[in-house]
Amino acid sequence: MATYIFYILGIIAVVATAMAITRRNPVHSIIYLVNSFFALAMLFYLLGAPLVAAWEVIIYAGAIMVLFLFIIMMLELSPGERADRQGPGPLQWLPVLLLGAALIGCTLLLLKLDPAGSQNIPTWYASPRDFGYVLFHEYALAIEIVSFQLLFAAVGAFYVGRAGGRKEAGGIK
Amino acid sequence: MPEWLLITLLILAKLGLVFFVLLTLAAYLVLAERKILGRMQLRPGPNRVGPFGLMQPLADVIKLLTKEDFIPDQADKWLFMLAPGLAAVTALLTFAVVPFGPPLTLFGHEVPLVVCDLNIGVLFFLGLSSLAVYGMTLGGWASNSKYALLGAIRGLSQLISYELSMGLALVPVVMLARSFSLNDIVMAQADVPFALVNPLAFLIFLISIVAESKRIPFDLPEAENELVAGFHTEYSGMRFGLFFVGEYINLIILGSMLTVFFLGGWMGPFLPGIVWFSIKVLLVCFFFIWVRGTLPRLRYDQLMHFGWKILLPLSLLNVILTGAFLLWRQG
Repeated sequence: MATYIFYILGIIAVVATAMAITRRNPVHSIIYLVNSFFALAMLFYLLGAPLVAAWEVIIYAGAIMVLFLFIIMMLELSPGERADRQGPGPLQWLPVLLLGAALIGCTLLLLKLDPAGSQNIPTWYASPRDFGYVLFHEYALAIEIVSFQLLFAAVGAFYVGRAGGRKEAGGIK
Repeated sequence: MPEWLLITLLILAKLGLVFFVLLTLAAYLVLAERKILGRMQLRPGPNRVGPFGLMQPLADVIKLLTKEDFIPDQADKWLFMLAPGLAAVTALLTFAVVPFGPPLTLFGHEVPLVVCDLNIGVLFFLGLSSLAVYGMTLGGWASNSKYALLGAIRGLSQLISYELSMGLALVPVVMLARSFSLNDIVMAQADVPFALVNPLAFLIFLISIVAESKRIPFDLPEAENELVAGFHTEYSGMRFGLFFVGEYINLIILGSMLTVFFLGGWMGPFLPGIVWFSIKVLLVCFFFIWVRGTLPRLRYDQLMHFGWKILLPLSLLNVILTGAFLLWRQG
């Protein structure tokens, strides 16, 4: 049972993230990304870490995405970027509806299954040294992949930002 | 009757009761506010519908339901329609963790008077209050109106600024009660309410929740004389009503949170727990209305300076002092 929920939640998270990076409207992207964070939070709950799930919602969905939204609202979007605001066809609202419904269904299943809610997790203390050893010894490859991804993202963002800036500056001249 | 059916029925009854009481209370809080504000401004307030105007909330609801549901031409329709629901739902859900009385014994079962006693109740409250920002922001953005957008941006920055000091004011409470569960926090105040143990945290939390409720003197997001009605300018009919009800439910929620965290929850002599809880929450609500009738609106820079330069450092200091005090008492 838990395995099925895991896969459903994983699919929700992946699909929602894919929707987030393909939307033309940045506010819609944010809503998909928040959806994906909820799925992640429930994955954490499924793995027996309700505290991490709560942090995921409070910090990522409640604080970081709100800041993103704040920045996007401060930007004056050009008419082209606002073009898809008019026709809310089924292509626009059906994905979010399906994802939301699947998420709620999973929550209900999770509550029924209750893998962690009724018992306390034993507290574990790991010294920073042990933690670092495990992180960079056993998971070294994963860490490297993640750090490369972050590097790519940073370089990509820098490139995209620079290219747009140059074009705009040229247009003004 | 089988065991599980009884338990399910009890939970459903509790849910229905809480919803009914909360929504009715929110409707009558609107009337109370209009009446009290009227008295403070030397006018009678609404008094035409029913005896003493007591039917006014019903008339308001009928009016809102029969009005045209207007959607602006260039608006993002889907988000525009979704936003009021988000605002109302996040407000309603928060009440799930509020303990409003000592456990009751019904049909040989002990029924705790809280919809769901989560062991991370404080985090649940903070999480939902940070999600509550979305309803307002998306509503203001989707309206495609400059007043709504300005109101939404103001509201967003105000809420995330004051959420910090609100959350930090709760840290000493958790340190004193040694639990994240609201029920345990109430139990820890059996002798002395936390408002007396840690008055600084109480004051910071009080100011922060007035700011969180977006009311005078912190009502910049809907400042009428600059922004028409702020983020809900373009809303009409029951969608506006949902924003409105959400705001008043939020008021009750914040009142009950203040009661639970600092005023001892349902603890009190002589009277039953639920009565004490209601008295305290209604007193806090009255305080909110009183503040609204008394204070002028702040300027926006004053609001931000107060939040970041005074409340935030004070609440951080308070966390350190409380920690030091607890260590010292331990010996």
